[in-house]
Amino acid sequence: MLTDFDRQLLNLAQTGLALSPRPYVELARKLNSDEQTVIARLAWLKEQGYIRHIGAFFDSTQLGYIGTLVAVKVRPECLEKVAQSINSYPGVTHNYEREGEYNLWFTLLTPNLTSQQQALATVRELDGVEKLLSMPATKKYKVNVSFKL
Amino acid sequence: MFDSLDTAIIAAMQVELTLTEEPYQKIAQSLGISQEELLTRLQGYRNDGKIRKLGAVLRHRKVGFSANALCAWIIPMERLDEVGIRLAAEPYISHCYARESHPDWPYNLYTMLHAHSRAECEASAQELSRLTGITDYVLLYSHKEWKKTSMRYFSENGR
Repeated sequence: MLTDFDRQLLNLAQTGLALSPRPYVELARKLNSDEQTVIARLAWLKEQGYIRHIGAFFDSTQLGYIGTLVAVKVRPECLEKVAQSINSYPGVTHNYEREGEYNLWFTLLTPNLTSQQQALATVRELDGVEKLLSMPATKKYKVNVSFKL
Repeated sequence: MFDSLDTAIIAAMQVELTLTEEPYQKIAQSLGISQEELLTRLQGYRNDGKIRKLGAVLRHRKVGFSANALCAWIIPMERLDEVGIRLAAEPYISHCYARESHPDWPYNLYTMLHAHSRAECEASAQELSRLTGITDYVLLYSHKEWKKTSMRYFSENGR
């Protein structure tokens, strides 16, 4: 179970780590705690699976990458194999099975349009793929993965 | 735009920050630069938006948001910005993007909606529909997560 301290720590750790030599000291200061306690608690929260990743998250567009959301209609008996083939692309960061006609949805980031088109052409040819829609973003109103606990 | 040190730093920063007293020091060492130079460059990326976040990302299911739906909306083009900005303001919406639509899939605005139950998800979507007057939407629940990872930029196999 999360303690109140854990919740406060998770809220703060999500919104930002300092770019200074001792970032956990700064977190500790805001929590009236100390560096070792913060480090130990973050390690526990990671081990328990509350934290997926601690680090830098880059803006793909700013780095010159292009992205798209892809919806695929796959024959149910082929779904697992198709999902695994799609997963093998390093630029696929999310791949979810969803309810509805389009039953597999993934995001794809590539350094250029040519590699995006090549990847999508390959997926279209996979056994069991009946339809594929590529929906690149035209505008991002919110990209925020912080949760207030 | 980037020099070779920038791409090396960005590639090196794909790893997790260690839970040690000086987590940046190890990364600077691996790049053969001083910690100060690394921190200065990172500050620059944060200022110009290359780094959109530096911190922890949670497993939302584990912290209690067990119902997560991709909600797709059909918005008249002239209202796209207004509605996009309105929906983005909701704290339980983590992502809100306008996207290209297709003749047989006319949805052009996508929001990730997080809740503690399906009923709560549905109530939120209904409330947003009432607020915006947009009645064409679909909630796409996920059955199974086949992959969820962070992108590895400028790494050999990321290209």
